[in-house]
Amino acid sequence: MELKDFIEKFAEQFDDTDASEIKGDTVFKELDEWSSLIALSVIAMVDEEYDITIKGDDIRNSTTVEDLFNAVKAKA
Amino acid sequence: MYNPYSLEGKIILITGASSGIGRAVAVECSKLGAKVIITARNNERLKETYRMLEGDGHLLFTCDLSNPDAIVQLVSEIPIINGMVCNAGTNKMIPISFMKYENIQEILNVNTVAPMLLLKEVCKKKKLSKGASVVFTSSMAGVGAAATGNGVYTASKGAISSFLKVAALELAPRKVRVNAVCPGMTRTPMIYDDNVQDEELKKDMERYPLGRYGEPQDIAWAMIYLLSDASTWVTGTNLVIDGGLTIR
Ligand SMILES: NC(=O)c1ccc[n+]([C@@H]2O[C@H](COP(=O)([O-])OP(=O)(O)OC[C@H]3O[C@@H](n4cnc5c(N)ncnc54)[C@H](OP(=O)(O)O)[C@@H]3O)[C@@H](O)[C@H]2O)c1
Repeated sequence: MELKDFIEKFAEQFDDTDASEIKGDTVFKELDEWSSLIALSVIAMVDEEYDITIKGDDIRNSTTVEDLFNAVKAKA
Repeated sequence: MYNPYSLEGKIILITGASSGIGRAVAVECSKLGAKVIITARNNERLKETYRMLEGDGHLLFTCDLSNPDAIVQLVSEIPIINGMVCNAGTNKMIPISFMKYENIQEILNVNTVAPMLLLKEVCKKKKLSKGASVVFTSSMAGVGAAATGNGVYTASKGAISSFLKVAALELAPRKVRVNAVCPGMTRTPMIYDDNVQDEELKKDMERYPLGRYGEPQDIAWAMIYLLSDASTWVTGTNLVIDGGLTIR
């Protein structure tokens, strides 16, 4: 599992946020488009792409995209 | 003592009785004099419910309702009943673009197909007494309250909330009544869905005019009304119990 790949898939959950705005150190909950629906989509994406189950808590406890990536990786 | 809501002398089958709303319904029904038949998949948690029941003569069956053969088996083993609460249910928040055939199937099987098959089976095998009361646990989602990510669940409950009207019509000649209770968010393990964050729940709770989420007993008491002879003239209704949320 690679950070670059994860960031790409993470960015795909957004419609109005340009993928270039999303990097490893992006504080994703501060993005204008961030919403509970996108949170659900991220959880579903991780399940579908990596076959890993993360929880709402993993999202809450992550500040940056890389934090979340690490949380996912820890469950691999 | 005068009590039009008494369930004395009634035998009531309750599905999903190992947890949350179903457990509260079983316990409250037993306190009002009913003999209850409780069922769910998890035997340990079902036994916990059993120990909480008042009075004696209650029955317990382990059954996976997503398996149609298990439903047939369950019905073959129970006595004639005066009431049935089809309450077992499952939920998973899935945004539309991530819906899959499998998870749609899973949710519909438990929430929609199982209650239909269970009703069919008790009718066919003549296990519903004349004048029996059937109660489905639908949801405010089943009667028009939409929430993002809740599409499959909402469809599963909407189906039941409309199905019951036909069931009410078909069974009326035998004075069997069919209704649903449609709860708003109620404090059971179900709402602590792994995909939902605590702060979201807190914010959501503030939208309730009566200032809190429901307790399982709030829902159980509505069901008791529908199971008792106090509601003999009530059939085909969806009774919303939601702390006022849907008047907003
Ligand atoms: N809580 C709410 O906010 C809320 C709001 C509206 C409607 N509802 C509805 O209320 C009902 C009860 O939910 P709850 O909140 O009390 O949730 P819960 O605590 O999770 O209870 C669900 C019950 O359903 C049983 N169940 C699930 N799948 C089953 C299966 N395949 N076969 C047999 N039993 C099964 C579970 O037992 P086992 O795991 O032991 O099988 C458990 O007893 C559901 O229909 C739900 O949709 C809840």
